Amino acid sequence: MSKLAYVREREIPQSAPPITEVGIIKWLRENLFSSWLNSILTVLSLYFIFILLKDFIPWAYGAHWTTGSIRECYDVNPNVACFSVLTARWKQLLFGFYPPEEYWRPTLTFCLLILSIIPVLFPRFIRYFWFSLLYPGLAIWLLWGGSIWSVAIIYIGLGLGFLFFVIVSSGLIKSASVRLLAACLFTIIFFIFLANPLAEILSSLIPIYLPYVESLKFGGFTLSLIVGVTGIVASFPLGIVLALGRQSDLPLVKMICVGFIEFIRGVPLITLLFVASVLLNYFLPPGTNFDIVLRVIIMVTLFSAAYMAEVIRGGLAGLPVGQHEASAALGLTYWQSQRLIIMPQALKISIPGIVNTFIGLFKDTTLVSIISLMDPVGLASLIRADSKWNGIYWELYIAVGLMFFIVCYGMSKYSQYLETKLKTDN
Amino acid sequence: MSSVDFPVEKFRFGMLLSDTRYRSTSLQVITFIFFVAGVFWLVDNTVKNLALLDKDISFSFLWMRAGYDINQRLIPYTNDSTHATAALVGILNTLLVAFLGCIIATIVGVFVGILRLSKNWIISKLMSVYIEGFRNVPVLLWIVIVFALLTEFTPQPRAFKGEDPEASMILFDSIAITNRGTYLPSPQWGSGSIWLILVFLVSLLGIIIFLRYAKNIQKNTGRNLPVLWVSLGIFFVPTILFYFILGSPVTLEYPELKGFNFKDGIHIRNSLTALTLALSFYTSAFIGEIVRSGIMAISKGQTEAASALGLRPNKVMSLIVLPQALRVIVPPMISQYLNLTKNSSLAIAVGYMDVRGTLGGITLNQTGREMESMVLLMGFYLAISLLISSVINYFNRSFQLVGK
Repeated sequence: MSKLAYVREREIPQSAPPITEVGIIKWLRENLFSSWLNSILTVLSLYFIFILLKDFIPWAYGAHWTTGSIRECYDVNPNVACFSVLTARWKQLLFGFYPPEEYWRPTLTFCLLILSIIPVLFPRFIRYFWFSLLYPGLAIWLLWGGSIWSVAIIYIGLGLGFLFFVIVSSGLIKSASVRLLAACLFTIIFFIFLANPLAEILSSLIPIYLPYVESLKFGGFTLSLIVGVTGIVASFPLGIVLALGRQSDLPLVKMICVGFIEFIRGVPLITLLFVASVLLNYFLPPGTNFDIVLRVIIMVTLFSAAYMAEVIRGGLAGLPVGQHEASAALGLTYWQSQRLIIMPQALKISIPGIVNTFIGLFKDTTLVSIISLMDPVGLASLIRADSKWNGIYWELYIAVGLMFFIVCYGMSKYSQYLETKLKTDN
Repeated sequence: MSSVDFPVEKFRFGMLLSDTRYRSTSLQVITFIFFVAGVFWLVDNTVKNLALLDKDISFSFLWMRAGYDINQRLIPYTNDSTHATAALVGILNTLLVAFLGCIIATIVGVFVGILRLSKNWIISKLMSVYIEGFRNVPVLLWIVIVFALLTEFTPQPRAFKGEDPEASMILFDSIAITNRGTYLPSPQWGSGSIWLILVFLVSLLGIIIFLRYAKNIQKNTGRNLPVLWVSLGIFFVPTILFYFILGSPVTLEYPELKGFNFKDGIHIRNSLTALTLALSFYTSAFIGEIVRSGIMAISKGQTEAASALGLRPNKVMSLIVLPQALRVIVPPMISQYLNLTKNSSLAIAVGYMDVRGTLGGITLNQTGREMESMVLLMGFYLAISLLISSVINYFNRSFQLVGK
């Protein structure tokens, strides 16, 4: 009888992986306890988180929301948060001293703002871009009030200028630059001589009015948004122009741009705001006294335009010189190559920097509290000075901080989304 | 042979803009005209306005008596001093905050940046929260918050009183943190302390010489000397030895509670502490991101190649990755220092008297010399920023990758 070797005909079923190599245990071992140093760090940070939460959760969970003053909070339970201050004053934190019966105006402006940035943010909705163009005028009218025609006349003037340009383009004037010049001249003449009388006539014919609200009544988060959004929208094109100017072949243009950028970047924003509030009247014709919010917006815009210019210059410098040469070889003019070849790529590279500048600008709007405009930080000190709420700190600061955090963090997340979306290399 | 006559184009006015031969010049002339007109307009308005207000431009107010007190000062100053001295006190205060802030921000920022790259999930998440939290909330708010923390949550000086006090000093009864500020022991320089300082300086020199020597040995023989331990030894041993030989020439004077407040010792006001801490935490979040992106910018191949050569992980970091990462890290880091210095002008929010508080604040209001004060103030900040950007440029030039 011959011995037969044992041959297994079927594969042994795979045994389960060791318990330390699957599921949560594997994850824990790899991510938290991979070495003794890591284990110590893990335990320490868990302890740290525990200490924070141990005090914070009871403090925030049992908070008062409806008491009338901080005294009443303390009388009931001094160890928990007194968010009643938010219940009592949230309107002020949002709108400042805006007349309460007009609160719907900033609210509506804010809702329309969201609608108007959608076409800019998501290319799918680009066909609604006309609304984004219309929005600035609408917002100015809604916020400040007055006759609708004083704002509408700006659009009418620009529209007429464009119409004029189209008419002269149809064969009256040959040279492109002269056409443009003529259209600009026409628009300027319109604004100087015709705009005001026309606006008055229209207002008397079709009176659409909102009660006028003066700038000093603006405050709270509304003010931050007004300054921030206007600054962002205006500083972007200005920054592009400055960056191009700095790269220009024309020495004089370059010198002016470099001087401007370096000056603005060299001084703190707060000194510029002081210039806006104290010195600007010296530089303007005697007797002019224009709106403080507008002055602040101008300064903030100039400030972040200089930073924007540097960011975009970085993007321009990051482009291979071949791109410039190739577009020149194709016979594109300077502006064509900038518009079609250079800028789209340069802007794409500099997205993170651009968004960081936007975030910085939005945070910097808090500095207006130092020239005694009532932004949320200024309002927080104002509310604390009230005898009812004297002694409140964290509740207000948490609320104000959260408002800023949400907006700024949203912006940085959007920039990451945009970066991945526009990424064309592998 | 026949020559071809090129048609000589007659000069037309439109050619100034359309012909590349003239365009650059004519554009610049136009710019120049606009620029000069703009400047002229501003200057003209200013002159008219000054005439209307019956003012002139004069810096003589700098030599007049200031008449206000500054509670935080590094040089002697009383309210009889001049406005110029007050401005100088402010400048030194600004530089003090900037200096301390940059050091703390760098240390914290480097830690945060490296820890954010950690494989430990909790640590890296915690660091993300730290960075995002500080980056996305205005620095002004942080300054106010830290100041509130220091003034509200620290005990009053009188809490330290009595047999069984509510609060006690930390670090062997040497540091008192109160809501009026932090009190530190101050060193008293007795006779012979000059020798101690000399010994200390000589041992610093010794460390430098030793490091050179160790580097040479390593270069020539490949042998590594225990650099860290020897340097630490040279740093501490001789100084401590001489401290006892000279009979303890330097003593510490501890802050002591007398009456309702602490006397003696060094008093650091809460405004200074709050401003420094808030600015440095805020800036450290940005530095953390810079450090992280600098380390990540070094391609993985570098690390792998270094490991393939047999270097241990810490050597890979110190010899391969860090030197290359520093080239990416340092320029943006220096510009963060500049930002910190400029942000220190928010000192007004906690009542710290920096240069904006003295020269651009009280002096400006008292003398009514807005124009002159602002010009000086901006000049100061501009000078600092130009200085720092020339440092960046120098760094970039000397450490640029030399392409072949």
